[in-house]
Amino acid sequence: MGYTLNFAAVWRSFDLLLEGLALSLGLAFAAILAGFLIGLLVAFALVSKKLWLRKPAGLYVTVIRNTPILVLVLFSYFALPELGVRLEKIESFVLTLALYSGAYLAEVFRGGLLSVPPGQREAGLAIGLSEMQIRTSIIIPLMLRNVLPSLSSTFISLFKDTSLAAAIAVPELTFEARKINVETFRVIETWIVVSCLYVATCSLLAALLRMVERRLAVPR
Amino acid sequence: MDLSAFVHQLWLARFPLLKGLGMTISISFLAIVIGTLLGIAVGLTLTYGYKPFRGYTDFIRGTPVLVLVLASYYVLSTIGIDLGPFEAGVLALSVFCSSHVGELTRGALQAIPKGQTEAAKAIGLTFSQTFFYVLGPQALRSALPAWVNTAAEMVKASTLLSILGVAELLLRTQELISRTFLSLEFYFFAGFLYFVINYGIERFGRYVERKVTVAS
Repeated sequence: MGYTLNFAAVWRSFDLLLEGLALSLGLAFAAILAGFLIGLLVAFALVSKKLWLRKPAGLYVTVIRNTPILVLVLFSYFALPELGVRLEKIESFVLTLALYSGAYLAEVFRGGLLSVPPGQREAGLAIGLSEMQIRTSIIIPLMLRNVLPSLSSTFISLFKDTSLAAAIAVPELTFEARKINVETFRVIETWIVVSCLYVATCSLLAALLRMVERRLAVPR
Repeated sequence: MDLSAFVHQLWLARFPLLKGLGMTISISFLAIVIGTLLGIAVGLTLTYGYKPFRGYTDFIRGTPVLVLVLASYYVLSTIGIDLGPFEAGVLALSVFCSSHVGELTRGALQAIPKGQTEAAKAIGLTFSQTFFYVLGPQALRSALPAWVNTAAEMVKASTLLSILGVAELLLRTQELISRTFLSLEFYFFAGFLYFVINYGIERFGRYVERKVTVAS
């Protein structure tokens, strides 16, 4: 084969990769925070009895879930300016990812909401809580405990989706990797290191989140 | 927004766009077929085979698809396996699909109650008979709806091949936009086409789910 692995070029730019990784994590984190709120609101709309709330929410979830995220990313960066919405690269990507994760989380939360027994709401009414108080202090905490595993797997896949930001030149991990490739031609080494970084981060996140899940899990 | 200009450009570009659509469909189709075959093998090893195979699915599932696509194109050609962008992309998507189908297969097989295997043993079936007559059909039933969703995932993931320069629907659209500057209209159009395909698959998934669910 005549190819010798030489990681020196990759190690030399390793802090660049770490910066990219930090940005990837930051993007995923910002997106899940916003997506969490969107998902929560949309989930309540999805289980609402009012048709004018339920229908648009359902449409939003169906459209986002059935469109490739790369198309959404490109659309919000290249096409939205034509409508007068001019966003910076990072803002437009976080916005897209937030809307994207919002749709997935809405489905997750909807399932969670339906799994809360109606007796809980009735008990809340019986002790004189308002509908809003019942939601914030009874239903949402119960629901969150139930959906934690799906929430953490959504976060991990969101972290992987941040690699798409490379398509609009946001300097996250995949973008930095391609830059190093072009500069040094150490293609194999770079991709090995980058894949390992992604896998390690994902495993770390998974382990961390599993710890949180265990702490918060409903005792059986 | 100039609707007549858009329609005119769309008409002019109908053949490239259709070719792109065909490309998208053939990429997804190949990835699903190869990925499913590989994935069933992966699922079987995960259920009955050696523990180290966990590493394969964990590694694939821990890596973004975009990284898989880029790595399979650039890395394989450096070590002498010279694949074109199309082959490399399909390979990456198949591998990605196989890890998902693998997990699906494992989940479906492990969800079957132990009593089924024991009952099969009790009436004297061999392992392969147990698998083909008892476990397989039940696993297929519970895994089928999720498998259809994986197919929709593959259609969405096929857009990533545009980054390697495979002329699928998204790349054709981008080419068209760089010529006409109608970015809003054409991105919207491409998004709409993908939506229609995936929505169809999703509805089909629901239909399959209704058909195969055993009334309990």
